[in-house]
Amino acid sequence: MTAYDYYSIVHAALATISISLLSILLGVPLGLGLALIRWSRVPVLNEIAIVYVSILRTCPSVTLALLLFFALPEIGISLEPVPAGILTLALGTSAFDAEIWRSALTNFPRDQYDAALSLGMRRFTRFRRVMLPQIVRSSLPALVNEMTLLIKASPAVAVLGIVEITRAAIRIGARTYQPLPPFIFALVIYSLIVFAFVRAQRAVERRYALAGAPA
Amino acid sequence: MNEFAVVWQHRDMIVTGFENTLIIVALGATGALVLGALLAVPLMARQRAIRAAATAYVDAMRCVPFLLFVYLIYYGLPSLGLRFDNWSTGIAALVLYNSAYMGELLRAAWADMPHEQIEAGYAFGFSGLQLFRRIILPPVLLSALPLIGNQLIQIVKDSAFLTIIAVAELTHEATAMQTTYFVPFASFIAAVALYWVTCIGIEGTVGYLNRFAEERR
Repeated sequence: MTAYDYYSIVHAALATISISLLSILLGVPLGLGLALIRWSRVPVLNEIAIVYVSILRTCPSVTLALLLFFALPEIGISLEPVPAGILTLALGTSAFDAEIWRSALTNFPRDQYDAALSLGMRRFTRFRRVMLPQIVRSSLPALVNEMTLLIKASPAVAVLGIVEITRAAIRIGARTYQPLPPFIFALVIYSLIVFAFVRAQRAVERRYALAGAPA
Repeated sequence: MNEFAVVWQHRDMIVTGFENTLIIVALGATGALVLGALLAVPLMARQRAIRAAATAYVDAMRCVPFLLFVYLIYYGLPSLGLRFDNWSTGIAALVLYNSAYMGELLRAAWADMPHEQIEAGYAFGFSGLQLFRRIILPPVLLSALPLIGNQLIQIVKDSAFLTIIAVAELTHEATAMQTTYFVPFASFIAAVALYWVTCIGIEGTVGYLNRFAEERR
């Protein structure tokens, strides 16, 4: 492996990281939306959300990526590989995020909600000022865990031809006939990314702890 | 929906893929569960070195994406002089990877197990393998059931990655059908639906077993 090979894997890591981050940015709020639909039992949408979570939770990301990339053009939505990859990971993670948010919502202390009601807060204020800060805190560890799972699922988008860490490593292995060194380097990079997420979560938790307020 | 008619006409492809996926999942899950149970022993060992080695294995597996692991085995082992065909490589990867997760969740269930039960086992003269098999493993398996169910679904999802090394499983067959007859929508929808059915089946079975476990407790 030459220095350029190492550089190309590191460069591909930027693709992995940016695709993962964008999927998280899409998937986490989408999951919250689904959880709110289920929590407030919106008719019809509630049933749709249940089926959506059930299907997406069991759908392999490779299959979903191929479905989105090859099948959506049939109904007139043509996606480039990168958006299709981001959408794949975002949809997949949103189903798990929805379950995490939902459990935080159902465990939310009822008396606080009633107190906010009795203060005459509007629905949106009630959610944003009273509920959201607390459910974010209680679901954060599970959400970060799901983010690390997303990073581990991210090589699935390589089937669409996106050059991310795994694909970059395969290319080098195929060229040099020595597959082990690039794979091990790729493994180290994945570990670093996952480790960074876990550390970031710890840091955020510590900040919350310093801010006081029992969870 | 002409496309679905085409898929139905050539359904034998999808059915073959589905059968292969079921076989892969069954072998992978059995292997991972057995190996995971065996791995739980060193994970709970009193000797520090043994525990550290087992923990290192589990942690390493938890950092690698499954696809990278498959490649590592598929391309890496031959360069060490070991050669397998695609099927054995795929199943070996599935077993080795998921046994780490199974081992870890069984370890957690074991650590939560009331100590009196194990001591009672000692008092009755059980020790070693017999103690593990007769006293520790049954309640641990029962209490870890929901988590084992989640991991089984993960194995189903991981099995789709094996399409990359040309194992003829469901996603592979769906792709083949897509390229042969150009029916992307119907063939992948069929694949997704079959994965869904598989996982609903797993969830149902685990739920049923779990009720049985609750009754026994």
